Amino acid sequence: MELRGYRLPMASSLLVWFALWEVIGRLELVSLIPPFTEVLRAFAEVVPTEDFVEAATITLQAFLIGMALSFAVGIGLGIAMGRNRAIGSLMGMWVNIFESSPLTAVVPALMALLGFGLPTMIVTVFVFSVWVIALDTQVGVERVNPSLIEMGRSFGASRRVLFTRIVLLAALPELLAGIRLGLIRGMKGVVIGQLLIAVVGVGYLFELYSRNFLMPEFWALLIVLFTFAFLASEAVAYFERKVSFYASSR
Amino acid sequence: MTGLIQVRGGRTVAKAVDRPWLLRAASIALVLGLWEWGGTIPVSIAFPKFSETLAAFAGMITDGTFAGAYAETAGPLIVGVSLTAVGGVLAGLVMGLSSRTEWLGLPVFIVLQASPSAAIIPLITFIYGIGFTAKVFAVVLLSAPVIVLNSYRGIANTPRSLLEMGDAFLAGRFKRIVKIVIPAGSGLIFAGLRLGLAQGFTGAVLAELLITPTGVGDLITFYRSVADYPRMFASILSIILVASVSVTLLQRLEQRLFRPEMRPA
Amino acid sequence: MTNRTSPTSEPTVPGGVRNPGDPAVRVVDLAKVFAGGVRALDGVTFDIPRGELTSIIGPSGCGKTTTLKIIAGLLDATSGQVEINGTPVTRPGPDRAFVFQDFALMPWATVLRNAAFGLELRGVPRKEREATAREYVAKVGLSRFEDAYPHQLSGGMRQRVGLARALAVDAEILLMDEPFASVDEQIRRKFQEDLLRLLSEEDKTVIFVTHSIEEAVYVSDQIVIMTRGPSQVSKVVRPGVDHSGGSGHIRRSPAYLDWVERIWAELQGYLET
Repeated sequence: MELRGYRLPMASSLLVWFALWEVIGRLELVSLIPPFTEVLRAFAEVVPTEDFVEAATITLQAFLIGMALSFAVGIGLGIAMGRNRAIGSLMGMWVNIFESSPLTAVVPALMALLGFGLPTMIVTVFVFSVWVIALDTQVGVERVNPSLIEMGRSFGASRRVLFTRIVLLAALPELLAGIRLGLIRGMKGVVIGQLLIAVVGVGYLFELYSRNFLMPEFWALLIVLFTFAFLASEAVAYFERKVSFYASSR
Repeated sequence: MTGLIQVRGGRTVAKAVDRPWLLRAASIALVLGLWEWGGTIPVSIAFPKFSETLAAFAGMITDGTFAGAYAETAGPLIVGVSLTAVGGVLAGLVMGLSSRTEWLGLPVFIVLQASPSAAIIPLITFIYGIGFTAKVFAVVLLSAPVIVLNSYRGIANTPRSLLEMGDAFLAGRFKRIVKIVIPAGSGLIFAGLRLGLAQGFTGAVLAELLITPTGVGDLITFYRSVADYPRMFASILSIILVASVSVTLLQRLEQRLFRPEMRPA
Repeated sequence: MTNRTSPTSEPTVPGGVRNPGDPAVRVVDLAKVFAGGVRALDGVTFDIPRGELTSIIGPSGCGKTTTLKIIAGLLDATSGQVEINGTPVTRPGPDRAFVFQDFALMPWATVLRNAAFGLELRGVPRKEREATAREYVAKVGLSRFEDAYPHQLSGGMRQRVGLARALAVDAEILLMDEPFASVDEQIRRKFQEDLLRLLSEEDKTVIFVTHSIEEAVYVSDQIVIMTRGPSQVSKVVRPGVDHSGGSGHIRRSPAYLDWVERIWAELQGYLET
């Protein structure tokens, strides 16, 4: 949008929403919504507390380990599916099913199998994120321009060289999209997992704040999570935009 | 010439690949076999054999457990997704057509899409209690971003040549929207609704697990609390089955209704 | 164009005693059946004389590109064979370089790295291959664009990079698959002339697939006319258009126009309407 000839950045509208939030909070229309400034105050108070640091640590730990597993397995599986049609049809069905399923339903089973600790959270992150990474990697590998491969072959490239210098690089746009979507889903996974477990990490904090009706603290925590998720996905999106010219040159 | 002895191994694989159902059946058999074997060891006391789960599944169909639970889940899901469909497509339409609303609304949905918005669900109880409305809210919360964003993309990315064609043939603003912009975006909008339904299902199950002990979500919670693991796994299996069958059917419908180039990339 | 051939200056290829009169490439009774039973080629035989430019022309679906890719070693023939200097082709080799219809440039690499990529794959050290690539990038007229990326170039410029890459590996045989098909008409004419000029400096045997009759007559020493259903060679002709008078002169010359008409007449019967 433009205002007196200036192009307003898209995200600037969030300020309008925060202002609206402040007004609604001040008017005390909804007991659940404290003024935005209250939330910011709570944010400053909550972040240094031991509870928060502990929750953040365990959440981050589960998220990072789960994502690392997802990257390794998802990218590997996606490449195998894209390169080998037999593996593609053997695994494709499962990957598609799990990619579009409400995997939230699996979390209680994981709790029954693995308990209420870190392993359940890690596996939740993994199960939420791995499929979309595998699927996008497969698409990327399959979409590599066949004449790029012929080009490599015509100059005598071996299969390994072909793969590392052409296929992997050419699949980068889809690979990055998969990683971004995987990060988003992994983040949702860790939060949903902890909400269901309810005794660890941010799930515990949410439970604590809502039970004691600490609304500013609740929203502050929510904003921390939203910001983290948004920044993580934007960071990948930045690299995605850098390679977006690939698409036009295929 | 080597052409005559063209990779023998490749040929047998090609034959199997030509019959995808064969591979699919083999793949299903393999996974179910692994499940059965994992249950026999057993991996954990909470991990039932596939055969036990299947028996529980059949039992839950015949004794009407599933019918009752899904009836409870379907209500809020249908109401929620219908509300979001109407509101979300409208919101996407308005944002796609006017740059002011785009500026105002788009960032909110982009942030919501990328965030673990499920965390808001525990708050719902304070406003809507633990009833029908609370579930509807959870469904709307999870399904709205994808429906709105897809509709927006479908509307905002109308091919320029089509718009110019409309102008050249003197289409008015209203006709232009109804006859060009909306039909051109309909593939993406439909895809958004399909994804929204899947998200809404997640929302409903999550609400049932977290706040309102009813429906299929509660089946899982209940059977876990009484340690009837075959029935718990059967409930989870049913959710995955229902979701993937309905998503696949909608995808088929989508491919039939809309030309391939109108499908989202 | 035959005047650019100087048999005495030809480098000797190890392992083969060569007679300058021998064809560089022999295509012998080539047949190709694709998976699914599509017969792309059915007994195709022709020779490619050394140091000349031979075009393969024909209606779409006649197997021109398939033939070229079999010569390149990118596809296997179902039966028959391709001999290069008397040795049957089984795979791509350093004696051949391919120019692709869609350029096949790596979008993530600069013009210079793209042009040097053939040498890179052959393990030539960086300095050396960049020097060679720089030379050929200059020869195709892209010196100013060494550090540009393919998406910043026009179609014609991209194909110049593809040509530089193929010339840089110094292969004896240049295989060009409809190199100007994705280039617009004006650029195309300029490009055809540049190609002839470049080739007159480089001693190459060129096989050039095209669907444009004018282009084939304009650039070729020899034209292989292929037909469809079954895909076979219908005729091999040598138009021998005199290039001494400049392009405007040639395109108006009766000999040129006459050849265009004759090939058109030959192909007309095989066209789908």
